[in-house]
Amino acid sequence: MACINPDGTLSEVAKAVLAALRRPHRPEDLAATTGLPLYRIRATLRETGRARLVAERDGVYVLTELGEEALELDAA
Amino acid sequence: MDSLSSPQIPTLPRLGEPAPVFEAETTHGRLSLEDFRGSWVILFSHPADFTPVCTTEFIELAKVAPRLREKGVELLGLSIDSIYSHLAWIETIKEKFGQEIPFPVIADGDRKVAQLYGMMMPAQSGTETSRCVFFIDPNGVVRAMIYYPLTTGRNVDEIVRVVEALQLTDEQKVATPANWRPGDKVIVPAPRTVEDVAARKSAGHDYVDWWFTMTDAKR
Repeated sequence: MACINPDGTLSEVAKAVLAALRRPHRPEDLAATTGLPLYRIRATLRETGRARLVAERDGVYVLTELGEEALELDAA
Repeated sequence: MDSLSSPQIPTLPRLGEPAPVFEAETTHGRLSLEDFRGSWVILFSHPADFTPVCTTEFIELAKVAPRLREKGVELLGLSIDSIYSHLAWIETIKEKFGQEIPFPVIADGDRKVAQLYGMMMPAQSGTETSRCVFFIDPNGVVRAMIYYPLTTGRNVDEIVRVVEALQLTDEQKVATPANWRPGDKVIVPAPRTVEDVAARKSAGHDYVDWWFTMTDAKR
């Protein structure tokens, strides 16, 4: 999975996206916040969604508890 | 012979039809065509990393990438080389030529995307993708295609010109003449009724005949 490196750590883009998602965002706003192209945001949301690190409701994405744990583990 | 036993013959995408969908490993992570929805996409294949013609193409495409992004156009490269080869080549281009490569490149080792888009030309090479360019619009429809052989580097100005012409055509419902460049006059679609043929002469365009009128593009 591209958002998670082979050693289990988060990719740099995944870290930036998850950190930004401590506040709910729509993909377009997330692109503006992170400075990443929208296609990378969509791909990262899909991948981190499959890993249950983020959740979506009505087009708005939020960090899950698992996502928060992943960020904390990565920072440790 | 029934359809189940027929050999699978790869078909090329057709203009005006939906671009074949895919999800693939790229230098920017796993991407699907759907991730680009709402943007124009120029999907292009190259024969191999660490080869000189492809390197010159990547450098020239990278130079126009910011201008294309301002126009809502994203570049997406592809070859059958591995992600690690792509990453090493991109680093080498930066180190040797001072050019960052800002667009993702698909590692299509299993040739899935290449087969979907008819990028393999077996009479030229059984192992490398040819120099193909697909122009895909924001709705995911194939709008133009260009194919070059292995030995001929692409004209990047032409690639930019084609997408600019397609965008203008969509915005203003006009056509672009041979060798059109932005700012040149455009072709007004021919009228389709006798009344409109009669009216065309006084419509204020550059009038040669009722079926051949040109005008300035709106700004």
